[in-house]
Amino acid sequence: MTLTPTSLALLLGISVALSAVAGPQSFDFKDPKGVNNAAFRLDAPLESVSGTANGVSGTITFDAENPAALHGRIVIAAASLHVPNPMMKEHLHGEQWVDSKKHPEITFESTKVSNMKTAGAETTADVTGKFTLRGATKEITVPVKITYLKDKLGARSSGQTQGDLLVVRSKFTIKRSEYGINPGAPSDKVADEIELTLSLAGAAPKS
Amino acid sequence: MKRFLRASAILAAAGSLALWLATGAHRGWTKTSVAVEKTDEVTGLTYADYEKRFVAGVEILAAGLAVASALGVASCFLGRRPAKPVNATIH
Repeated sequence: MTLTPTSLALLLGISVALSAVAGPQSFDFKDPKGVNNAAFRLDAPLESVSGTANGVSGTITFDAENPAALHGRIVIAAASLHVPNPMMKEHLHGEQWVDSKKHPEITFESTKVSNMKTAGAETTADVTGKFTLRGATKEITVPVKITYLKDKLGARSSGQTQGDLLVVRSKFTIKRSEYGINPGAPSDKVADEIELTLSLAGAAPKS
Repeated sequence: MKRFLRASAILAAAGSLALWLATGAHRGWTKTSVAVEKTDEVTGLTYADYEKRFVAGVEILAAGLAVASALGVASCFLGRRPAKPVNATIH
């Protein structure tokens, strides 16, 4: 069988079209704009302890055609944890609390995805993974909402880089006692439960 | 001395109260930065942008009032003039 120029051009066009939509993409969550953040909150008698961490990095592999294959690892630099009170911040980074010098990274590495539902560009799922904080690792399952923003990287980078964005949102609670975070502090002074809210956007530039 | 202590007590109380009120009468701990919530236009993500700003907390107010109380109590005890001896003359 000989390929005519027309059929060759058609085959080439089909392969280009397929490569534009198919296959998993690796999204980089290092955000030079400082928008990516993890917010935390613990109840306390006078005022709840609230802060954020914006030293986010990591990668998530996502395939818009097969969202269930989602997997990845998100890293938060412990040194980026911030609360507005300077003394509280010093304690937060100290040995009894997060001990950020000895344990510089807070990580979540996915192992399983379940209860996935996709509606258009939005996907909700329960993601199970290994959460590491202050050197202790626990397997937890967190609800996530993923929004795939095709061709929106250009709008975020002032047109400098074209590509896709993946927005990940999650809200879950952990117990500080399970990670050795100042177990001596009574829970009526500082709550054991820490509410975490992740607001992350990853970029997959087009090569 | 008594007057000085009492004046200092009033100054400490008034000063801490004025500072607390002037920085927003915040009923929590002192802050040196304040979170301003912003939204990323493209992704819709909200994030906190911290502005350096001093906000006096209740512990500063409490400390000022405690110092004022201590000065006030001290003024009751330390400022007393010793009683003048009465010159009795015997005629």
